[in-house]
Amino acid sequence: MTTGASATGALSAPLVVEFPFTRSLGPVQSAFLTGLRERTVLGVTAADGRTLVPPVEYDPVTAQELRTLVEVEPTGTVTTWTWNPAPRRGQPLARPFAWVLVRLDGADSALLHALDAPGGPASVRTGMRVRIRWAAERHGAITDIACFEPLDAGPADEDPPTAQPRPHDGEFADPVTGITAPARLDYTYTPGRAQSRFLAALRDRRTLGERCPACRKVYVPPRGACPTCGVATDEQVELGPAGTVTTFCVVNIKAKGLDIEVPYVYGHIALDGAGLALHGRIAGIPYDEVRMGLRVEPVWTEDSRYPDHYRPTGEPDADYESYKELL
Amino acid sequence: MSDDRPNGAAGAGGSREVAVVAFAQSDHVRRADGLSEAEMLLPVVREVLDRTGLDTERLGFVCSGSSDYLAGRPFSFTMALDAVGAWPPVSESHVEMDGAWALYEAWVKLLTGEADTALVYSWGKSSGGDLPEVLTRTLDPYYLAPLWPDSVAVAGLQTRALLDAGITDERELAGVAARSRNAAAANPRAQLRSSPPPEELLADDYLAEPLRRHDLPPVTDGAAAVVLAAGDTARELCARPAWIRGMDHRIEAHSPGVRDLTDSPSTRLAAERAGLFDEGAPAPDTAELHAPFTAQEVILRRALRLGEDTVVNPSGGALAANPVMAAGLIRIGEAADRVLRGTSRRAVAHATSGPWLQHNLVAVVEADEAASAPGTDGGADAAQAREESR
Ligand SMILES: [Zn+2]
Repeated sequence: MTTGASATGALSAPLVVEFPFTRSLGPVQSAFLTGLRERTVLGVTAADGRTLVPPVEYDPVTAQELRTLVEVEPTGTVTTWTWNPAPRRGQPLARPFAWVLVRLDGADSALLHALDAPGGPASVRTGMRVRIRWAAERHGAITDIACFEPLDAGPADEDPPTAQPRPHDGEFADPVTGITAPARLDYTYTPGRAQSRFLAALRDRRTLGERCPACRKVYVPPRGACPTCGVATDEQVELGPAGTVTTFCVVNIKAKGLDIEVPYVYGHIALDGAGLALHGRIAGIPYDEVRMGLRVEPVWTEDSRYPDHYRPTGEPDADYESYKELL
Repeated sequence: MSDDRPNGAAGAGGSREVAVVAFAQSDHVRRADGLSEAEMLLPVVREVLDRTGLDTERLGFVCSGSSDYLAGRPFSFTMALDAVGAWPPVSESHVEMDGAWALYEAWVKLLTGEADTALVYSWGKSSGGDLPEVLTRTLDPYYLAPLWPDSVAVAGLQTRALLDAGITDERELAGVAARSRNAAAANPRAQLRSSPPPEELLADDYLAEPLRRHDLPPVTDGAAAVVLAAGDTARELCARPAWIRGMDHRIEAHSPGVRDLTDSPSTRLAAERAGLFDEGAPAPDTAELHAPFTAQEVILRRALRLGEDTVVNPSGGALAANPVMAAGLIRIGEAADRVLRGTSRRAVAHATSGPWLQHNLVAVVEADEAASAPGTDGGADAAQAREESR
């Protein structure tokens, strides 16, 4: 995927959002996930006596705290399923598989996971018997169950076992207390028509604002609407190139990775014709001589898509009255 | 209006009455070509404000619903405020949910008397990402999200449970799909506006058994806006306010394995609290149900006890246009719009959130007593709409 423009000239670019989510666990979740690491499946006894697997910290009906752990079997029965012909990134198996809810023997609720079914969807049915296939490397996460696999138990299908959950103290050496779940989502960012026009003009070293038809204010960069009036801005106005420094600050701390010597000046610059100021670096003048009202113009470097900085034009300073509304 | 519901609190039990006075929605499309969220939303917000003659200065409250996960950018909703014209400063709120819940918040605000009017809007621009994958992030982060079960997997498990229970069959589900999309022929805003007959749909291969393509909603970019008003203000702003007689929302357990996926007790309870089943109340003539997947309509019809007297999803529903985060608000808007246009006297709207219909909102909207008096043509139109949707 690359940056591009559509038939309407609107720009788009890839945007990847990626986080390793770190989450702490409650005591029940900690025991369950540590148990998986040790190939032991724990459930919790709910207020109504049901055995819930996967176990939860609070009762799904009464919301009371649950702490009574029990151990159930690594075998169980499919309660519902659906086929997944094209697995996505991050899913348990890379080849087509069935998503299943499985009620493990001894449990009264079902756990969602994948079922490896090399025989295809025709080999899967509700009520079929399955068992856990453990992951080779286990760290205390739901993915310690690699998937389920069919249990070749023949007629046992018709005769599900009546396993009873066994008491378990939930104690393990070196329990897991948190999980780290990486998450990545891929997007195509589209800034919209107004910002696309603005960015396209910058390529030609022109700055385009857009005028509100109601209050006549010229917005830069434009976002397609006047946020004051709530109406579309569709009249483009070429601004500058010169402008006036409305306010500024002297930066004395060097930012990481920024190739600019301190101190330098960063300012708000109202381009001629604009209804509000944009910001940029001001150079080509000693930092302690920059002042409000200073007239500046953009300096472009080779291949840049926006001005590198602004420098004095040499014109007399602007009157305060001419820019006080733009501060 | 009846005040003898259980607890009475969920209905408009106080002295204030609140109505939907305007509804607008965008064209719903697979990809809103090159538009920013604000650009997509702006014409819709303008339409409801222009229709009611309100400007932001006269709006008592502004509330929106959306999800940053669709855009992939934090606080993306703040940009959408550009479409409102938030000056002078407005009283504003946002829910990271479907706009139906933004409407709920606004309704409560109006019931308390803190405002007389409210603008509610929501939008979903799903084209920026891979929607089924994005929706995996709504799941339990400990036991479900690490497995990345997408929205199609989630729907398939629920559909199979319903088929296994003998509550529906594939023929009925294909019928839901065909009826919805053919009904959308009368909805110029919808994305899918026709369907082959059920028999033809059933000849298709499975997309993800037991689901065929027709069981899934389209991926949609779209937006919607509603204006609410209280009491006499509502009567000033439109001829036939769609009075919200009651509204409630209820949520079920997080874990799918502890729930009966073939039923929706939370919908039933919300409907009871919203007054849908009030003694002596007539059956709704119209139902707008937020059922993105065909099997979910079957579950909701049963939970809401809808029979032959009720036209379901005359707009086409979420199967015809599914702008995530707006599709629930649109159900309320579509139901209310039929009251506003005089083609419905009593309608029920439903919105859902989360996997497997986890969280459900039900609203009952009605015409004024006067509008339902003999001699008006509302009933005839409703009957005709019923006929057309079959
Ligand atoms: Zn303006």
